[in-house]
Amino acid sequence: MSTRTPLSRVEGLGAAHSGVGHFWRQRVTAVALAPLAIWFAVIALSLIGADRDTAVAFLRMPFNAVPLGLFIVIGAIHMALGVQVVIEDYIHHEGRKIALLVLNQFFAWIVAAASLFSLVKIAL
Amino acid sequence: MVRFLMANLAKTAARARPLSPHFQIYRWPVTMVTSIIHRLTGLALAAGTLLVAWWLIAAASGPAEYDIFSAVARSVVGQLVLFGFVWSLAYHLLNGIRHLAWDVGYGFAVPTANRTGVLVVALSLFAAIGAFAYAYAMKGVHL
Repeated sequence: MSTRTPLSRVEGLGAAHSGVGHFWRQRVTAVALAPLAIWFAVIALSLIGADRDTAVAFLRMPFNAVPLGLFIVIGAIHMALGVQVVIEDYIHHEGRKIALLVLNQFFAWIVAAASLFSLVKIAL
Repeated sequence: MVRFLMANLAKTAARARPLSPHFQIYRWPVTMVTSIIHRLTGLALAAGTLLVAWWLIAAASGPAEYDIFSAVARSVVGQLVLFGFVWSLAYHLLNGIRHLAWDVGYGFAVPTANRTGVLVVALSLFAAIGAFAYAYAMKGVHL
């Protein structure tokens, strides 16, 4: 017999109080990133070493700017989720863990904001 | 009875007990290695986002800033880092697909998991080296 209350069962949040939210978002972003990552690897290899005019002309095209924007935003979310698990697994000091978890979020936001701003500045 | 058990316990404890397998002395299972590489490539890609941000910031800033980025990217160290980034991306992507297959219930049998593990490592190296060879062949001067 389970000692869980009916309310707890219905909420389905489990011991971590977040249910399968983390797991699910990690998977959905992973599926979205699969094609975007292949596309990004192709453009990165073809553009590295090219001059700025070539890169800017490439990034101005909507069909390039939009996937790159998606790659930045979805990649940042996927990264924050993944690094969060690594921190939770290996950092056992509670204070340090919380500090790193906060820094992890900040890092993802800052990198995404800086990349997105630059992309929009180039594209517009 | 208690004294007998205690004496027996002490005797057993004194004998050299077999130690549980320790990761430094036993052969690493394929699935363990592929799991560790998945984490490491994930962390490497997280660090790599700084380089992507640098590239875009440089492109948005101007030709002088972009030239600095290009010079670093074209250097030997830059090329090595770029190769590491591309391989990490290839590995994390391919092994990520392996994880998604597990999530929907395929490939859990140990021999299968071992085979797909080796396959993922080989394919990621093949993809990264192939992509680089292609980029060098196509661009020549740029890279």
